[in-house]
Amino acid sequence: MAMKLPDHVLQTICRRTFLNRGRMGLGTAALWSLLNDSNTSAESLPESGSRGVVQPLHHPARAKRVIFLCQAGGPSHLETFDYKQKLAKMDGQPMPESFTKGQPIAQLQNNELRCLAPQRSFKKHGQSGHMISDVFPHISKVVDELCIVRSAQTNQINHDPAHTFMNTGTQISGRPSMGSWLTYGLGSESDNLPGFVVMTSVGGGQSQPIAARQWHSGFLPSRYQGVQFRSAGDPVLYVTRPDGVSAVPQQDVLSAVTELNQMREASTGDPEIQTRIAQYELAFRMQRSVPELMDISDEPAHILDLYGTSGGDGSFASNCLLARRLAERGVRFIHLYHRGWDHHGGVKDGVAKTASLVDQGTAALLTDLKQRDMLKDTLVIWSGEFGRTPMAQGNGRDHHIKGFSLWMAGGGIRGGMSWGATDELGYHAVDNVFHVHDLHATMLHLLGIDHQRLTYRFQGRDFRLTDVHGRVVEPLLA
Amino acid sequence: MLNNHIVKTSEWTILAGISFVACLSFFFVAGPCCYAGDAGEAIDYQRQIKPLLAQHCYACHGPDREGQDNDLRLDRRDDALVSAIVPGEPEDSSLLERIHTEDPDLRMPPPETKKPQLSATEIALLREWIAQGAPFEEHWSHRPPEHVLPQSKDRPWIRGPVDDFIADYQERKSIAPAVAADRRTLIRRLSLDLIGLPPTEQEVTAFLEDTAPGAYQRVVDRLLASPHFGERMAIYWLDLVRYADTGGYHGDNDRNHAPYRDYVVAAFNENITYDQFIREQLAGDLLPNATQRQKIASGFNRLNMTTREGGAQPKEYMAIYAADRVRNMGSIFLGLTLGCCQCHDHKFDPYTIRDFYSMAAFFADIKETLVGIQKPIVLLDQQQTQRVHDLGEVVSAAKTLLAGDSTVWDTAQAAWEQKEKPTVSLDWRQPETVRIESEAKTEFKVLEDGSLLALGERAASDIYRIDVPIPGEGISAVELEVLPDESLPRRGPGRSGNGNFVLSECEIWLGDKQLSFSEAIASHSQGGWEIEKTIDGDVNTGWAIRPKVGERLTAYFSLASPINPGQQGFVQIRMRQLYGSGYLIGRLKLRTTAVEQPLESIKPRLPYKKIYDVLAQTRMQRSKEDERLLRDHFRRTALETASVRKLIQDAEAEKKQIENAARKVLVTMAEKPRVVRVLSRGDWQDESGEIVAPAVPESLGSISVSDGKRPDRLDLARWLADPQNPLTARVFVNRIWKLMFGRGLVQSLGDFGAQGSLPTHPELLDFLALQFIESGWDVKHLLRQIVTTSAYRQSSDTNGDQLAQDPDNLWLARQGRFRLDAELVRDNALALSGLLVPRIGGESVRPYQPEGYLAHLNFPQRTYKHDEGENQYRRGLYTFWQRTFLHPAMALFDAPSREECTVSRPQSNTPLQALLLLNDPTYVEAARALAIRVLTEGGDDDQSRLDYTYRRALARNIEPNESDVLLALVEKHRLHYQQHPDQAEALSLNGLHRTPEGVDSIELAAWTNVARTVLNLHETITRN
Repeated sequence: MAMKLPDHVLQTICRRTFLNRGRMGLGTAALWSLLNDSNTSAESLPESGSRGVVQPLHHPARAKRVIFLCQAGGPSHLETFDYKQKLAKMDGQPMPESFTKGQPIAQLQNNELRCLAPQRSFKKHGQSGHMISDVFPHISKVVDELCIVRSAQTNQINHDPAHTFMNTGTQISGRPSMGSWLTYGLGSESDNLPGFVVMTSVGGGQSQPIAARQWHSGFLPSRYQGVQFRSAGDPVLYVTRPDGVSAVPQQDVLSAVTELNQMREASTGDPEIQTRIAQYELAFRMQRSVPELMDISDEPAHILDLYGTSGGDGSFASNCLLARRLAERGVRFIHLYHRGWDHHGGVKDGVAKTASLVDQGTAALLTDLKQRDMLKDTLVIWSGEFGRTPMAQGNGRDHHIKGFSLWMAGGGIRGGMSWGATDELGYHAVDNVFHVHDLHATMLHLLGIDHQRLTYRFQGRDFRLTDVHGRVVEPLLA
Repeated sequence: MLNNHIVKTSEWTILAGISFVACLSFFFVAGPCCYAGDAGEAIDYQRQIKPLLAQHCYACHGPDREGQDNDLRLDRRDDALVSAIVPGEPEDSSLLERIHTEDPDLRMPPPETKKPQLSATEIALLREWIAQGAPFEEHWSHRPPEHVLPQSKDRPWIRGPVDDFIADYQERKSIAPAVAADRRTLIRRLSLDLIGLPPTEQEVTAFLEDTAPGAYQRVVDRLLASPHFGERMAIYWLDLVRYADTGGYHGDNDRNHAPYRDYVVAAFNENITYDQFIREQLAGDLLPNATQRQKIASGFNRLNMTTREGGAQPKEYMAIYAADRVRNMGSIFLGLTLGCCQCHDHKFDPYTIRDFYSMAAFFADIKETLVGIQKPIVLLDQQQTQRVHDLGEVVSAAKTLLAGDSTVWDTAQAAWEQKEKPTVSLDWRQPETVRIESEAKTEFKVLEDGSLLALGERAASDIYRIDVPIPGEGISAVELEVLPDESLPRRGPGRSGNGNFVLSECEIWLGDKQLSFSEAIASHSQGGWEIEKTIDGDVNTGWAIRPKVGERLTAYFSLASPINPGQQGFVQIRMRQLYGSGYLIGRLKLRTTAVEQPLESIKPRLPYKKIYDVLAQTRMQRSKEDERLLRDHFRRTALETASVRKLIQDAEAEKKQIENAARKVLVTMAEKPRVVRVLSRGDWQDESGEIVAPAVPESLGSISVSDGKRPDRLDLARWLADPQNPLTARVFVNRIWKLMFGRGLVQSLGDFGAQGSLPTHPELLDFLALQFIESGWDVKHLLRQIVTTSAYRQSSDTNGDQLAQDPDNLWLARQGRFRLDAELVRDNALALSGLLVPRIGGESVRPYQPEGYLAHLNFPQRTYKHDEGENQYRRGLYTFWQRTFLHPAMALFDAPSREECTVSRPQSNTPLQALLLLNDPTYVEAARALAIRVLTEGGDDDQSRLDYTYRRALARNIEPNESDVLLALVEKHRLHYQQHPDQAEALSLNGLHRTPEGVDSIELAAWTNVARTVLNLHETITRN
């Protein structure tokens, strides 16, 4: 028989799904099912009643959620946020070998290496006086919110492994992505939406593939996996009822399933059945909540104008608007990908074109979060998987991992500052090098997590998002 | 009691030339009496002490010595006794002192490591252990399995030694086994476990009615002999070996592996012994007189992820593939976590970075493409092989004929030459002096043939201005030749690193007046960079010539209005080359002609420019090479040779057709082994590491081969499947146990090392491992041994007390209950509905999949077309395994992407699974097909139809309270669809399966929803 259990038991049980705060009555058996979870090692289970395993938080959190605006393909830092005067002077000249000797090189392997001048004009913006190129007229207006890092570094020079590295801290497949780590650590605040949502858009340049590995939960339980929200077809896979089944009959089927499952639980004592029942309830709620989320008809005209979208078209701007709606509903990690930054050729016009597709939506998201007083606890990160070479590849640039730019805003980040620098030609990060591991460590820190203490035991080892690396970069914190 | 322990290391070499090292410890008290938590017993090093030391101390005082500035090792007794531990004297042991001290500078583990401090209980354990003499033992999984007999008692419950071992533990824990499951449950459990399909109604009935002794065994035998047994086992094996249909990296392009999957299914069905199974997969190609099937088996070595991404560095991927193979080989066969050793010695287990690369050296002979397409072999049957061979003979004979001496053809050729000799002389004039000036100040040298060669520093962009004197007869067209030269990158003719150039615009000027070119043609242009783009007025477009670098190429430009005869002075040819990055012409030659409309006579011959150049020469001028060129050309094109050529063409077309239609598969082919070095910190760019030969981890023994022979994959396979190997059999039987109970005797299926779990029933594990080896690695025997136990036949029903007593079911006083694997969720629904097409083997199939699911793939973009016809209803095992976007019906039910070895799938329970079962067309269609059966075979009234549904779907009778729920549903929905016949119609159109005539659509819709309910039940997707 179902009985009322204390709240912490409820919450513990709800951790078995990617949702939580379910309000089901639960048998004692359900509690035991937790202990019987063969996929969760005992040391990885939280002590008691938290939404995530980090309970209490390791220190006070500055941010509650993350919106990661992934600029997939590798935006050129040299045409966006990192102005290099010296490179302009050396246009067409051989790239000094002192920079490139022994460095990994992608498509320019075996080619003569020559400098390519910055292809865009730069200007100072805002009180902070950040130098930003002319491709970002909207972002330039919110520049004082940004902390621009010009000394980012990663380990992987090809798109697919570089995304994997950016998301999981390693190039080896099978590790959890950062969104999974965060929902594992903190749970979600949403009753009827996944804690980790992914949306994608394309345009402006070659669309490199993106694997589902990028939002996979790896060895963490699958409930921490990112759920893709799609702009075409079912917004969430299979969320739409089959043809010929209207709302009431569908609800009838669900109720019958639940009733029969309850009877079966009584006769077999199978503790997993309660969880299954809860999942069907949540599935039912999602059939309403997801369409409601995606339907932006309740957004006023001035908001649509702000983002520059009428919505529903799968554009980056539309996804930015949905990201805000997801953030409002308590989703923990919202990951947007814009696939269009791979400018091996025509970097001058290419960067401008891709930027024009992301600029307004990005700026609007910051503005909108701020006017709703949500920017203060929403960490927004804008980054590619790497940057691009100071050397020319025709009239474009090749992949580059030794120095590139990214920025963060909101959620405890000090706006209007910049951090680190590349050398005079924009090749190596030389000042305050900011490795991807440092990005992870700093991000987790802002969410109240010590990156060295968020671990999961797998194959005999305690794994971390930051592996054995990563530093919290204190000066970036507000 | 344990003070007199002896530590002895023994090593032996067996006849096969393989040795295993085992460190044995002897105790006065040994065997199954030392259990964790048993009060008053001796401390168990393996269970109680080693995990503590590993967790708290090994990071600095373990097997990995790199970067440590201390000499203390706590993983080996001899080392620990030097300074940290005094056996029998806890007060004198600095280990305890350092753990205890309040001084933060001395305290262990040091606070800055963020390792948890030891608790009081843990410290007390260490103290007691030292007091007992601090005995160490070799790690349990490295010791040879021991043959220990269970305590024999007269127990009515037991059916053999396996049950005895289990009963021993249950008695010690005061737990009683569960009652036996009823026959309906048993046959469903057995069927799902052994063939992955539910029993049919007839099979259930037959079992219920078989009252003769041995009925159960007969079901087991029938299932083990079923061809679906191999499919069920393959589902698990393919997870281990990371089988997929695509490469996994970047574009995730298709690869050819399906015949390997068929091999796995067949191997289990034919009960190929496990040692042979290992040998065929790791080294099928190296077996003497390897059969085609053994070669297919060796495709095992090609299952790793591979890339085709442009710009990927081959050397980096060579290292990635090597590491992948070592890591996965360790997981698949040995339960080792070797991945750590790619960068450093293992922190917890006795494996070194040198071991890792020595293992990699076994695989250094595998022929593969490091970055690019992996080339499969074509699988032909005997008849096809013969035909392809015959066709090859035909082609080669015909080619010999075509190339041979023939006066008939030579005569014909002479006539043709006469006819084809250029009649119009274009009278090309090569200026005697040219003046060239470069915008970027490039220097040029005039070569003997009058061509210009660029020298010195290369600019990014340039404009060449070449002044050409106007010949007396004027100019109608200009010829531009670009020429190879040894001084240019890749022999030019361009100056860019790849030998290419971009001629953005080519202009002709008379004084300060630009004349215009009306047409441009070239002997070759690069796709997208056609010659006409040099005269389109757009500097962003131009002429380029890849991939024909290193060759002489020619372009012609005709003037819109010719320069008249008698015109004096110079014209200037301006060659704008503005692409940047040094895409400039390196060597060129210009000529002019005044013949009227010369391009008209050049155009038809342009593709054969070389031929017509030769024809224009006299016989005396021609070289031997020229003569050969002419003859080849003639014989390749002449009407006289057409019949011979057709013969070749047809034979080649047929050969191609046979090969295209045939199956293809990636197999292992050995080549000269690549050099393998130890890569310090895993850095593939580091070439300073020691070169290593193939070897197994030193702590596990060695492979000795005859002098001078390099150990190969076959030696490795033999070492793995050697009866003396302490890991291989244990790891395998543990995994089979897991398939039959939902949980291994060692819970960490993938880690038999120091950080893994200990076996709950070590003697049982060893017993099964030894029996497995003694049976000759007989997999079906092992399964029969397990499923015929009383333990297996227990009920899986539980109650609160039982759960409280043994929540993890460690002591096996009930059977496990677990959700079906992703593939089986599908197979079960298809089987119940009668839609399943049970054909074994073949290429992968494509079930319905949401549109746009592959939208993130590129190079090329993918469109998914689901299978029509029979392949739509095949088992889940055959689903096309797209690594980066695994079919959602597989992925949502926890099937892995198979990028890495998966030893155990998670068992999640999510709302997305509910949405899938409710709304995926596969399940809606299956529900409708089930409903059709219910309406046509299940009797005439609702109750008998429900009885039928439950017997068919769940192999049991429906309970009255369950009937009430479904009767209410069917009545309500009958009414609903009577009012909404359009919805009934719409519901009947889900999926490809057509409803037969005579089935009432309203009734069908109502029952479809009943069937959907049943397919969504927890019980339906649970094996209990």
